[in-house]
Amino acid sequence: MNHWYMLTLTGADRPGIVARVTQALFEQGMNLGEASMLRLGGNFTIMMMVSGEQEANAVEAALRPVAGELGLSLHVDPMDGGLHRHVVPNLMVRVSGADRAGIVARVTGVLAENGFNILDLESDVAGTSERPVYLMQIAGIATRPLEDLETALAPLREEGIEVNLSPVETLVG
Amino acid sequence: MEPLPILTIPDERLKQVSEPVTGFDDELRAFVEQLEFTRRRGPAAVGIAAPQVGRFQRICIVDCSNTRKPVPNHGNLVLINPEITHWEGYEVGREGCLSVPDYTGNVIRATQIRLKAFDPYGEEHEYEMEGFEARAVQHEIDHLDGILFIDRVVSRRTDLFKRKVYR
Repeated sequence: MNHWYMLTLTGADRPGIVARVTQALFEQGMNLGEASMLRLGGNFTIMMMVSGEQEANAVEAALRPVAGELGLSLHVDPMDGGLHRHVVPNLMVRVSGADRAGIVARVTGVLAENGFNILDLESDVAGTSERPVYLMQIAGIATRPLEDLETALAPLREEGIEVNLSPVETLVG
Repeated sequence: MEPLPILTIPDERLKQVSEPVTGFDDELRAFVEQLEFTRRRGPAAVGIAAPQVGRFQRICIVDCSNTRKPVPNHGNLVLINPEITHWEGYEVGREGCLSVPDYTGNVIRATQIRLKAFDPYGEEHEYEMEGFEARAVQHEIDHLDGILFIDRVVSRRTDLFKRKVYR
């Protein structure tokens, strides 16, 4: 029987992580699905769907040596779900402001109260260590009119958090 | 009328460069009608290009008159041998494609273009367009050159908002 697993691997960034990890999976006859891999704060992070006949412990055993050699922490979680379940965002939320505790919680709290579903969130701290600036881009699905979200977010703007909403119209051609 | 079958990736024919139209005849106009019928039958496509249905001629249709939020547009445009003569500005926008099922991605396109194209009767027209419609035209002309939007997708970390601030 075919199973889907969510693999999580993180560790100090260096060249060759993706090649080594995916080679090990290939040798196990596993297939890759959707993945997100990126460098965060000098670490390389992998979240990747893989599928195969193996049980979770066999997947983990196959990856353990590679993860050990590369100094990566490894998790293998059985998951429900599969491919071809994409949903298309209809709203982008861009946030920027002086970095301070609670920006993300404030903004996403308001969004959640208004039924907004986050599909993709990227955030970064730019600026300098003396004057850090927090930046965030969120793509998601709004089920209420943009004007309602604007009203709900207005108090945050008064606190100096810049929040921009822009509808996403996906072009199909 | 039946919709024409749409080529989907990884069909190599989608990479073919299409030839200019030389004869503006009834056969061409009948094909354009079929192409338009196919566009309307697809899942909400604002554009379609002849090579997507296996005809490798420089013909495409763009119609941005029926978007969720209205955008500036020139109505239903049949563009034959289209040529972009001027580009200006750039922005990121999300695109999908009838030939690339179940995938959307962000692509950088010019925000304003000037365009020359013939209509199905062989008459030449010039257009100035912006935003979503300009994006649709660029997407369709890419098809005529064998290019798909997946060849132009930018990284999820590529965001003009950031660049504008820290250029």
